[in-house]
Formats: sequence, structure tokens, C-alpha cells
Amino acid sequence: MFNRLTPFNVTALAFGYAFLYLPIVILVIFSFNESRLVTVWAGFSTKWYVSLFDNTKIMDGAWTTLRIAFISSTLALVFGTLAGLALARFTQFRGRTLFSGMVAAPLVMPEVITGLSMLLLFVALDWTRGIGTITIAHTTFAMAYVAVVVQSRLVTFDRSIEEAALDLGATPAKTFFVITLPIIAPALVAGWLLSFTLSLDDLVIASFTSGPGATTLPMEIYSMVRLGVTPEINAVSTILVGIVTVGVLIASVLQKRAALQRIADERLAQASE
Amino acid sequence: MTARATEPTKKKKWAPWSDPEAEPFIRLVDVSKRFGDFLAVDNISLDIYRSEFFALLGPSGCGKTTLLRMLAGFEKPTSGRIEIDGVDMADVPPYERPVNMMFQSYALFPHMTVEQNIAFGLRQDRVPRDEIARRVREMLDLVQLGPLAKRKPHQLSGGQRQRVALARSLVKRPKMLLLDEPLGALDKKLREKTQFELVNIQEETGITFVIVTHDQEEAMTVSCRIAVMNQGRVVQAATPTEVYEFPNSRYVAEFIGDVNIFEGRVTESGADHAVIGAPEADCRFRIDHGISANVEATVWLALRPEKMVIGKTPPEDPTVNCISGVVWDIGYLGNLSIFHVRLDSGKTVTSIRTNRSRETELDITWEDRVYLTWAPGAVAVLMT
Ligand SMILES: Nc1ncnc2c1ncn2[C@@H]1O[C@H](COP(=O)(O)OP(=O)(O)O)[C@@H](O)[C@H]1O
Ligand SMILES: [Mg+2]
Repeated sequence: MFNRLTPFNVTALAFGYAFLYLPIVILVIFSFNESRLVTVWAGFSTKWYVSLFDNTKIMDGAWTTLRIAFISSTLALVFGTLAGLALARFTQFRGRTLFSGMVAAPLVMPEVITGLSMLLLFVALDWTRGIGTITIAHTTFAMAYVAVVVQSRLVTFDRSIEEAALDLGATPAKTFFVITLPIIAPALVAGWLLSFTLSLDDLVIASFTSGPGATTLPMEIYSMVRLGVTPEINAVSTILVGIVTVGVLIASVLQKRAALQRIADERLAQASE
Repeated sequence: MTARATEPTKKKKWAPWSDPEAEPFIRLVDVSKRFGDFLAVDNISLDIYRSEFFALLGPSGCGKTTLLRMLAGFEKPTSGRIEIDGVDMADVPPYERPVNMMFQSYALFPHMTVEQNIAFGLRQDRVPRDEIARRVREMLDLVQLGPLAKRKPHQLSGGQRQRVALARSLVKRPKMLLLDEPLGALDKKLREKTQFELVNIQEETGITFVIVTHDQEEAMTVSCRIAVMNQGRVVQAATPTEVYEFPNSRYVAEFIGDVNIFEGRVTESGADHAVIGAPEADCRFRIDHGISANVEATVWLALRPEKMVIGKTPPEDPTVNCISGVVWDIGYLGNLSIFHVRLDSGKTVTSIRTNRSRETELDITWEDRVYLTWAPGAVAVLMT
């Protein structure tokens, strides 16, 4: 009964999407508002985008966020790939189930818990909290995403391709860099982009693990909002939404392509039975 | 027909395996491989000679691939020793062995072109650039893929991918080429054509080929010698003619070609003849050579369908080297007719006759009583 577009279905769909996206659409529209009043439309203008660049607090926050996102997603890529490799390749080792569960845990752990436990760890270690600790925290939860993406790619990877490279005289290390990495590259790029966007829009974990002098953009926006919403916030949020959308879109396209490749690989393998 | 048939005399003389002086090129000594509790390869000893085309033949799961992977270095023997050209391979990793392998799945590098795939092995050896180009071109010509050099593997047909895999494994001129069911993915026509080409390439290059297959016709067509395997063991290693005409066991006789097998009891065992009674066939088999079994011993008699003559009139002595029954079924194949004859004991025997004359109707038909006779040398007497 839900297969056809009845008036009921259409209404439900419209409300659902409106509920999800109307706030964002309003935010984007009002970021181009001429007036300083957020609720009154007074004509089109891009002046808030221009004034953004004079707001040193926002610019500093953006710079901090980008740096953290870049470094943590790159580290997450390396560690996550190693974890994914271990999970996909060493299927026999002791405690594998535990390890695989532990790698995936941050995916479902409430952010507050992750943030709090990180904070406790850094306090216990007596580390000065700042950009470094935020980066470490982001790396930890982002590498779980990378590990899962890489593992699912490697499960269907035809290992005889690597054996062929060894057979032709390439050392194991060379085989990894020249054969394995290029073939799984789309999965790696998807994992990196996912980590980058996760780090970019994280507020909770960053708040827990940051210290004086290290304020990320989401933290900055949050504290500004408490003093009232300004069109500048709308403008910076619009930019953020844009970046995240593009990142997630590319990541999902890459993963879709990888899935198609996987199906093609499997068909090839079957054809040569 | 194989390319070998064009030079019968030369081929016949070349038989290093029957020359005790000849030095084996590849030597497997008591090689076993265990996966957990499962014995995949069970104490195999084999000698393979330089420039030989050697086949490993056996049903799926009998350990052929495992044996090949031990030669390539991807699996370590649990026990035993493998020598290639006099060098013990125990501590030599795959990337340092003078051996190349053509994989069952072809295992082409999906992100490289045909040309780059073939050049890969030479690049690892830091062969000069212009020499790589020349040798890749030679290989492309050899497998007739010149025009497709710039394509990626997914843009090729199954047969073309198979050729790329072959070229890639040949370009380094290995001492030995291992082929794991190389023609499995091809259709029958292309498979036969490629078998012929493989033999040609092997003879041109002189490289020792070890091929794995579960197709007995393929093994017979391409190889100098066949090792027939069962459950991790080599049951018999001999030339195609020997394994067909002189199998050493019921397993080999039944695996290679069609055969009728009767259980028999030795009644006479002389130096130059033997007589064996086969109750199932209601017949005494007279053999024109001595056998190693004593009187009263149980043996098995293997008789190929094409070795029997089928007729409607009984021979002079229908109790010796003759069985009689009723035609149960006939398969007419044009060049051949296959007769399934039901004996009085209930056992069915298969006999094949070449259709020499042109008739619209066969002279033998359903329900006819027929007599199958054979020469005293046509039967293989098997102890196991
Ligand atoms: N890595 C492995 N781990 C466990 N068992 C294996 C492994 N490789 C092969 N086997 C087992 O060994 C047996 C022989 O396999 P294989 O050599 O591939 O047979 P074939 O190539 O003759 O079909 C099979 O029963 C297979 O399940
Ligand atoms: Mg196999």
C-alpha cells in the first residue's frame, strides 16, 4: 500500500524532508540577508560573507579546525588502514573478535562518553590540553570508520593478485605499495574524506578535549550563538554545510564505485572458475 | 592432434625419465603439506626433467594447487624437500625463485594496462628500459595481443586475459612455468586451440612446464608425462600412453578414459601366461604374459571399450576371452557406436565400435544377443 504515490505518501514525504532540510534551507537563505535582524528579510547581500573575513575569532577557529581535521584524518587513514588490514588478513589470531569489536566500538559509542573518557585519559596522563589532544581524540574515533571501510574492501580482494606480484619478483613491501594500495585507493580516499568531515563538524569531543587557546569553529559558533544568532553565523554555517556535503558526496560516490567494482571482480572470478 | 605428432621419431627418443643417468631438474622428496588436521599433500616424491611438459591430474581437492603453490613458494612444505636445478628451495621466498606461475584466476593487475602487466616482472629485475620494451613487444607478438597493448584487463575477453596472464608469466624466461588450470575458463573450441599453442610455446622456449588440470583429455594432449593424483598422493606418474594402456591401479584405469572392470580370481599363473576366472562375466580371461599374483589371489581386470570386438556369432570357445549378453542401449555418434551390453549376471559392459561402413541401419540392435571378444594382450591385470 506504500508503493504508490498516494496523497498521503506525498504529504508524509514532504513533511519528512521539510523537517530535515527546512532549517538548513532557512539558514542558507538568511545568510544572504541584507538586514542584521535574522528573522526579517531585507534583500539579497553577500556582506556577511565579506565581514566573516574580518572576524578574527571565526577565522582563527576555522584555521584551527582545518588543521585538526587534516592531521587527524591523515593519521586516522594510516592507523585505520593498518587495523583494517589486520582484521581482513589475519583471520586466525587470538582475540580477533575482541579486537574487531573494539575497533568498531567508537562507531556506536555516545560522543559524550568518548569525549569524557578521552578527557579523563589526558588528565590522568597530565597532558596539556589543546590542539594536540583534540587531534588525538579525533584520530581515535575516525580511524574506526577508516578501518571498517578498508576491511570491507579487502575482504573481497583477490589475494592471488598480490601473489602474482610476489611471483614476478616484487618484495612484499613493494607489492603492498605498488599493487595493493592503488587497487584499494578509492576506499582509502573515501575513508579520509569521511574522517575529515567528521572532525570538521565535531563539537562534543572537541569541547571535552580542548584547552585554553584551542577553540575550533563549531565551538566558536556554539559560544557565539549563546549571545544571539547573527547573520555571520549563518554565513559561516553555510560554508561548513557546503564543505561537509561535498565531502560526504564524494565519499559515498567512491564507496558506491568500490561496491560496483567489487561486484565486477566477483563476476570475473566466477567467470574464470 | 598435438604438435608433437609432427615429429614422432624425435619425441620417442627423448625420455629422460627412463634414463637412470639423467639428472632431474625439479626434485620433490617426501613432500607433505598439512593444513591443521588435514593432509592436503601426502608424502609425494617426483622427478621432473628439463624442458618437460608435466601434468598434475586429479579430481578437485586432491592437492594439485597446493603442490603447485609449494613449488612457487607460497606454501611451505610441512615436511620434505624441494629442489629446483640443484638448489634447495626451503628458504627461498617466492620473489627470488626462478619460477613463474600462471594463476587459475589469471590475477592480472586491474589498474595496469596489458603492456604494464607484462612489463611488471622485468621492472622488478631492473632490466634496462629499451630491453623491457623489446621483450614486451616480443611477448605481445607471441600471444597475438599487439593491438590491445594499451587496454586494461576489464576491457578484455576471457581468452584475451588468459593470453596476457601467459605472456606475463613467460616474459622473465623462468626456469619453470607453473600453470594452474590455465584453460578452465575457456570454451571447448578455444581450449583446444590454446592447448595446441601452449605446446608450441613450450617447445619453442624449452621452458619446463608444470600444468595442473582436472581434465584428462587436456593432460593427455599437452604433456610428456602425467602424475595422476588422489587424496594428496601420486598414484602413477607416466607417459599418457602408459597411464592409459598400463594403469597401475583401478583408480588410474577409471580416472583416465572409460573402462570395464571385473573382479577375478587367479586359477593359473605361469611364466608366460595366466588364467583368471571372472564369475561376474561368466568367463575365463587368458592373459599372454606372466602376472605377479599367485593362484587364488583376487585381482581386477580392466578392459577398455574399444579393445573389444562385438559380434552376433559366438567364437569357437565362448568360455575364454569372450563375454556374452544382451544389447541394452546403443549410442550412435556418427564415427562411433557405443553399445551397452547387459550380461547374464546383471552387470553392464560398454563396448565401442568404429563405424567402418555406410549403413542406414546398424546390424546390431536392441535386445540382440551379442558376443564380445578380445586379444589376450588387451586386458590390464590390476592388483589394487
Ligand atoms: N590454505 C588452506 N587452508 C586449509 N585447507 C586448505 C588450504 N588450501 C587448500 N586446502 C585444502 O586442501 C585440499 C587440496 O586443495 P587444492 O590443492 O586446492 O586442491 P585441487 O587444486 O586439487 O583442487 C582441499 O581439500 C582444500 O580444502
Ligand atoms: Mg586447484
